[in-house]
Amino acid sequence: MTFVQHPEVAQRFTELHPPFHAQAALVEANRCLYCFDAPCTVACPTHIDVPKFIKKIATDNLRGSAATILESNVLGASCARVCPVDVLCEGACVMHLYNKQPIEIGRLQRFAMDDFHDHGSKVPWKSQREKPQRVACIGAGPASLACAAELRRHGFQVTIYDARPLPGGLNTFGVAEYKLRAGDSLREVDFIRSLGVNFRFGVTIGSDLEQLESAYDIIFVAVGLGATRPLNIPGEELEGVVDALTFIAQYKTGQPIPVGRRVAVIGAGNTAIDAANAARRLGAEEVHLLYRRGVQQMSAFPFEFEHAKQEGIQFHWWTQPVGIAARPGEHHVAAIECVRTQLMDSQSIPLDGSNFAIPCDLFIRAIGQTPLVDLLARCRGVSLREGCLVVDRETGQTGNPKYYAGGDCVNGGREVVDAVADGKRAGAAIARALDSQNG
Amino acid sequence: MADLTTNFAGIHCPNPFWLASGPPANCGEQVMRAFDAGWGGAVWKTLGEPIVNVSSRYSSVDWNGQRMMGLNNIELITDRPLQVNLREIAEVKKRFPKNAVIASLMVDSTREAWHTIVKQSEDAGADGLELNFGCPHGMSERGMGSAVGQVPEYAEMITGWVKEVARTPVLVKLTPNITDIRATARGAKAGHADGLSAINTINSITGIDLDTFTPRPDVGGFSAHGGYCGPAVKPIALHMVQQIAADAASCLPISGIGGIAGWKDAAEFILLGCGTVQVCTAVMHYGFRIVEDMIDGLQNWMDAKGFRTIEEFRGLSVPRVRDWKNLDLNYKIIARIHEEKCIGCDLCYIACWDGAHQCIHRDRTAEDHGAHPIPSAVEAASRRQISVTPIPKLDAASLANHKPHATPLARIPWVDEEECVGCNLCALVCPVLGCITMEQVDTGRAPETWAQRVAAP
Repeated sequence: MTFVQHPEVAQRFTELHPPFHAQAALVEANRCLYCFDAPCTVACPTHIDVPKFIKKIATDNLRGSAATILESNVLGASCARVCPVDVLCEGACVMHLYNKQPIEIGRLQRFAMDDFHDHGSKVPWKSQREKPQRVACIGAGPASLACAAELRRHGFQVTIYDARPLPGGLNTFGVAEYKLRAGDSLREVDFIRSLGVNFRFGVTIGSDLEQLESAYDIIFVAVGLGATRPLNIPGEELEGVVDALTFIAQYKTGQPIPVGRRVAVIGAGNTAIDAANAARRLGAEEVHLLYRRGVQQMSAFPFEFEHAKQEGIQFHWWTQPVGIAARPGEHHVAAIECVRTQLMDSQSIPLDGSNFAIPCDLFIRAIGQTPLVDLLARCRGVSLREGCLVVDRETGQTGNPKYYAGGDCVNGGREVVDAVADGKRAGAAIARALDSQNG
Repeated sequence: MADLTTNFAGIHCPNPFWLASGPPANCGEQVMRAFDAGWGGAVWKTLGEPIVNVSSRYSSVDWNGQRMMGLNNIELITDRPLQVNLREIAEVKKRFPKNAVIASLMVDSTREAWHTIVKQSEDAGADGLELNFGCPHGMSERGMGSAVGQVPEYAEMITGWVKEVARTPVLVKLTPNITDIRATARGAKAGHADGLSAINTINSITGIDLDTFTPRPDVGGFSAHGGYCGPAVKPIALHMVQQIAADAASCLPISGIGGIAGWKDAAEFILLGCGTVQVCTAVMHYGFRIVEDMIDGLQNWMDAKGFRTIEEFRGLSVPRVRDWKNLDLNYKIIARIHEEKCIGCDLCYIACWDGAHQCIHRDRTAEDHGAHPIPSAVEAASRRQISVTPIPKLDAASLANHKPHATPLARIPWVDEEECVGCNLCALVCPVLGCITMEQVDTGRAPETWAQRVAAP
């Protein structure tokens, strides 16, 4: 599956963490101490054997290195790019306690995985005897891809359904382009496909869930989250008001939404920052990020905050939008009307008479996604807690033994690598369950 | 400031740092620049009958990203006309009268050939002669170099021929490619040599190109045994130097050679009895400039130790090497892990389990503390943990740091002191200076050696 990056997007979204030159990778690989029971491996949700794959880079065994990564994480190429390594493997690196500079694990992982995919992505493990049982995975994001790969390794028949025309989920449509290019995500999905996974695109599962139930032995639900939460303020229906995920997906697929001169973003999570940075790169002179609380409460990772400052994002703390004003005579956003807030009993409270306006040509909402409660509720015999499917952590099994689940629809929205770990565990558990039927 | 001036077997020089006979001492222009940089002496690249070299000539062993841990060469003696070398030796001596120039020599094994080259070298102004009985490649196939050094009688005979005419001190350069280096050293001494140079390079194949299957260095699809040198050979050289220094029948002033790259290496060779040290590979790697720190570092160390001259510490470590049977069986040390320095790499743990005596454990915080699970079980337990990406908003607790040590207690290994045999391995693999120390414990037993234990009562 080829995907041509929009030339302007390619130019404006140069990679944040460019690939290692071969010799630089060797130098970095040799710096690794080869810890026993390494903290980086423990910290990784998929438990990639980090010292093992790094030593294989050092010994010039790149195929073995990639195979080591894939053994634990079939989406090793995208995780190498999108993982918040500062709080995962690299954050756990013992070098912090030693000479302070952690090993650049993410970039080394990318080095090995790029080599693997550049050389035809040949499956690094033995093919299994085919088994008759069929599993449907709903959603073609990281959780399903990992689950499907695990099941194929055990010989089971897997079909992945997705409402979108392309696979990869947020990897393809939602990750900032300077971290992961849509084309790289799709190349990785091609590898999963080469394992013998079937894909059905443009299929929105809903009322037909019962048919799936009868056609498949197991259903793995990994539908992610739904629409971005509305602000429920006047003017939200105006043109020039967009949610962050749509905004990101549009530019990633080569149809960028015009940003104008000034952009305002509401929210202070990682997606808000991705959208704000993208707006800058797409040409906005000013990008204002509004958050109703302070810098201490922001949910973005500290390194994302630092990156946003470097991109020139202006932060407005203790600021809450109360309305969206239209241009005179037009149905288009002109300014965000805001009030100041303050923290009171851990609630941010608007301050009377503090109203002010931030003019903008585009307003991006990024205050989190709503769960797909309607769809999840259709799965019989499962229970939901705060909109998330309740599963057994070890296996991903729901209250109904026919349904397993993983990814954002279970954890409420974490990282790609968490979804991969969910999918892998569920895949292994499903395989165990089905194998016990086979006797 | 410590005084480094040296009188080595009658050869005087401002310091004990000499260029070894090799590519850095190939011509007068190089030797003069070396003396300008501070080198005390130079052993000229071996003079002899005309030869022809091949291409390529060197290959190396890299280790963990470090270049040239060991170097190998198949280059022969000088490929410049003898008269040019002699003229340049004279010129160097004229310009640098205080620095030592030693002519390395290798000619056919005839009395006449040796007499001639000795006279020519001394007439040119050489302060001393070094008989190359060590070169292990090429020349040895023609009955020279190590072919002489491997037969003590030949070494004695040729040394004798040289001494018949030599007016300057005569050093014999020994090959390590022999069962016992003392045999040739004794031959040289019997032939009345004034000093010894040790060691020459070690026979080697450094590696093989895995695409062409040709060993390195590649000469048109083939290779030949070469001479190995550089940091990798230092321990072998130290051993052989000590053997000579401790043997009355072979002991002469020793010029130490083999992997010397810094002042610490030099100090070690001098502690084992060497009066001068010779350097080649480190200069080939970094240039003549390295001598500055060799001089500076050695002087600073000598000042700190209160040594005013080289002679004050030369040979101090020779008697500290004993036969194994004379070591104290009741001396006991054990490993202590200093928790506050531990970074949790756990290399000591796996080294002790797989490579030593299974007495470092990682179950400080385990419920079944003392059960000592094997490494694969420890690793498997870690892999069973479910880890998630800590999100600042949701997971503040897991982002908190660990007290009182920076490393989680569960990852800090501990030593079973009853079982520890004091082998040093854990301290050797630990990447943190001073984190694992080996500490003496009182066994309550009087010193006793194996020799004493098995001696007839």
